[in-house]
Amino acid sequence: MPAPASRPYRDLKRAVRPGDWLTMGAAIALVVVLFNRLWLGETASKVQIRAGNQIHATLSINQQRVVQVPGPLGITTVVIDHGKARVANDPGARQYCVKQGWLDQAGQVAMCLPNQVSVELLGSRKLHDSLNY
Amino acid sequence: MSEKPGHILHASADDHRIAKLAAIAIGLHLIEAVLPSPLPGVKPGIANIVTLYVLYKFGIGTAAWVSLLRVFAGSLLLGHMLSPTFVLSLSGAIASLLVLFFAIRLPHRWFGPVSLSILAAFAHIGGQLLVVWLWLIPHAGIAYLTPLFALAALVFGVINGLVTARLLSKPKSATPD
Repeated sequence: MPAPASRPYRDLKRAVRPGDWLTMGAAIALVVVLFNRLWLGETASKVQIRAGNQIHATLSINQQRVVQVPGPLGITTVVIDHGKARVANDPGARQYCVKQGWLDQAGQVAMCLPNQVSVELLGSRKLHDSLNY
Repeated sequence: MSEKPGHILHASADDHRIAKLAAIAIGLHLIEAVLPSPLPGVKPGIANIVTLYVLYKFGIGTAAWVSLLRVFAGSLLLGHMLSPTFVLSLSGAIASLLVLFFAIRLPHRWFGPVSLSILAAFAHIGGQLLVVWLWLIPHAGIAYLTPLFALAALVFGVINGLVTARLLSKPKSATPD
């Protein structure tokens, strides 16, 4: 005769129903996703603004700030607002960089080619993107 | 002047039961308040065991009474009444009651107290974080703490659920009342 399972173990088995394992699994998945997304460098920490072939400024993204970047056509206005950044104003004709809107993930870039200004969000480590190749 | 009998407040058996259960919940709430916490807001939430137990034994109405009385009386006793702490406590309690209202309708054969406890714990912290974010700290930085709160909700949700399951499986003599 096999030894009966210990009492706490039997209690545990009876207390946890099949759906409970499902709920637990979903909760664990949620916790893992949250850690991954919020802690493992996916969110940006810095904003790097380039003008021409120079780095105009590298700023923390956790602030409220308006940066005026001079280029050959005029001033490009970059807005940083607590975790996100965007190009608010640009003298370029097509306004691609303005239309891109807010950037909030590391690796995102808005480029204003006519005025030679780019805004790139940096995370804790540099991700590969099309600019690297 | 003679007192009209209709003006005398009669406490029903229900009222007595709610008062007793709320007293237990308040007691646990106070015990928990003196426990040190690694991060403000990370608490085991042992008073939720009472809410869950009451939910299973007497339904969502009684559970809501017990939970909300606990929040109000607990904050009076700790001196938090109407402070941000109180609002956070209340928003957490309301969020988890809302979730429990629906979760208790899940088939009992499949979903037991452990599921409900986890769901309530996540709703609790979700409601609180929403209030923190909308009202107290409208800053993206609060997101950094979310994984920790979620982890705490998971761990304590499971533990409280197991304790509740254990309490519910006890013979009737253990029932308060």
